Amino acid sequence: MTATDIHRTIQAVFRIEQAKLIAGLARITRDVGLAEELAQDALVAALEEWPRTGIPDKPGAWLTAAARHRAIDHFRRMRLAERKHDEIGHEQQSLERDMPDLDSALDDDIGDDLLRLIFTACHPVLSPEARAALTLRLVGGLTTDEIARAYLVAEPTIAQRIVRAKRTLSEAGVPFEVPHGADRGERLASVLDVIYLIFNEGYAATAGEDWMRPALSEEALRLGRILAGLAPLEPEVHGLVALMEIAASRFGARTGPDGEPILLLDQNRARWDQLLIRRGLAALALAESLGGEPEPYQLQAAIAACHARARVARDTDWPRIVALYGALAELVPSPVIELNRAVAVGMASGPAAGLELVDALSAEPALKSYHLLPSVRGDLLVKLGRHAEARAEFERAAQLTRNERERKLLLARAAEASAN
Amino acid sequence: MRFMVIVKASKDSEAGKMPSEEMLGAMAKFNEEMVKAGIMLDGNGLQPSSKGARIRFSGKNRTVIDGPFAETKELVAGYWIIQVKSKEEAIEWMKRCPNPHEEDGYIEIRQVFEMEDFAPGPAVDHHLAIKAELEKQKK
Repeated sequence: MTATDIHRTIQAVFRIEQAKLIAGLARITRDVGLAEELAQDALVAALEEWPRTGIPDKPGAWLTAAARHRAIDHFRRMRLAERKHDEIGHEQQSLERDMPDLDSALDDDIGDDLLRLIFTACHPVLSPEARAALTLRLVGGLTTDEIARAYLVAEPTIAQRIVRAKRTLSEAGVPFEVPHGADRGERLASVLDVIYLIFNEGYAATAGEDWMRPALSEEALRLGRILAGLAPLEPEVHGLVALMEIAASRFGARTGPDGEPILLLDQNRARWDQLLIRRGLAALALAESLGGEPEPYQLQAAIAACHARARVARDTDWPRIVALYGALAELVPSPVIELNRAVAVGMASGPAAGLELVDALSAEPALKSYHLLPSVRGDLLVKLGRHAEARAEFERAAQLTRNERERKLLLARAAEASAN
Repeated sequence: MRFMVIVKASKDSEAGKMPSEEMLGAMAKFNEEMVKAGIMLDGNGLQPSSKGARIRFSGKNRTVIDGPFAETKELVAGYWIIQVKSKEEAIEWMKRCPNPHEEDGYIEIRQVFEMEDFAPGPAVDHHLAIKAELEKQKK
């Protein structure tokens, strides 16, 4: 093996082991920032030794042992520092740090630790961007450089964001724990939102200008699947996983040969990834089997499933989608959801019924500059044969969108409408 | 990126010998680890080639040949589909797999083609243009 090969192997091993390592260390140190430093130290030790000695048979155990040594050194230094403090008559630190039992602590089942790590990284004391960056770093094992490329920002910005997030957590004294009771539901929702935020960051990008963006969706899917393994009794976790698996199944069909977006109903369903659809439907069934009133991600997954089950667009179960949007709107009232419901009503009960709902939304201030409102209205008007009005709506939508590809598509539809 | 991990057949797998309880347990543990790491998408063991069939293609001719097939080492006894960040990661995971064979054997790791792997070029453009045309006809 060349030095580069070994280097890449070490990176791969580290990616597999890193989250477990950090999670175990964070429980002992109660400080994710320190835990990450200790884990990084272990990586540095591996980078120094493995090129000479070869990759050990149990690299995970090797890294754990190395991190443990560094942790012991750290606690020794801390104790020494505290003694010095006493000697020079400084105020006694109230918190007496006993050396924890590192051996048994690090060998414990790590499942709960990983869950704690996810909950801590997604703590609401941090901004959503900081939560996403920290989760990708600590749980996903992405480098700051990779995160920066994925978010199309400069690396120092991400590095800063992560450093600040770790400092905020430690200053706020955020406990390293999985919350219980009502807290748990609230915090879990924050965790799910962070994962979905990461997924959408990769999903919403048009075309593959940067290879990292689809990879970001993959990473979010991986994080969601990890969470589903750690919290198997939470229906909404499986709901989110189902939603992401089904959405990801459409990746290959969402853009045309020139990178132009292809709308859901126009997509070539032969390009949908049936393996991911199968996984998504299974996760949704699991969420439903766990009982309880369905929550937002599960409902969105159920809507996505209606599309996934239809091998051709005209087989779509629109009445069910209308009902699901109705339930979703009750849980999280939003004009955007109402607009989607209007589209579904237009498909289930005809364009006139859909248009009625869209018109009721036209005064909605939140939708004032939302390009999909005129775009949907234009679509319904075309179906009603009101081409001149449709053209005006498509042109308005084209003015409002900030996406160049979408603008072209809308202008093309405007031209099509005026030709009729 | 996705990889298909192929477990090559062995004399035992071709003989239809069922894995021991111990092996089943070790594999379940390994699968669980991959599931919990969010990387395992799919995986199955395959029945011996004696229960399978081959279709030979030669120009326009199709000939069906029933199993078993002779060249054991070239046959497949099982597979996983995993999703990881690099080939190195796939290799590191699979080094942790319990040895599926009692004798010596192989596990092969092959990357799955994704849509974005087809680099732009005249052939791919042609392919996509035909598809676009087909789509138009369907409307």
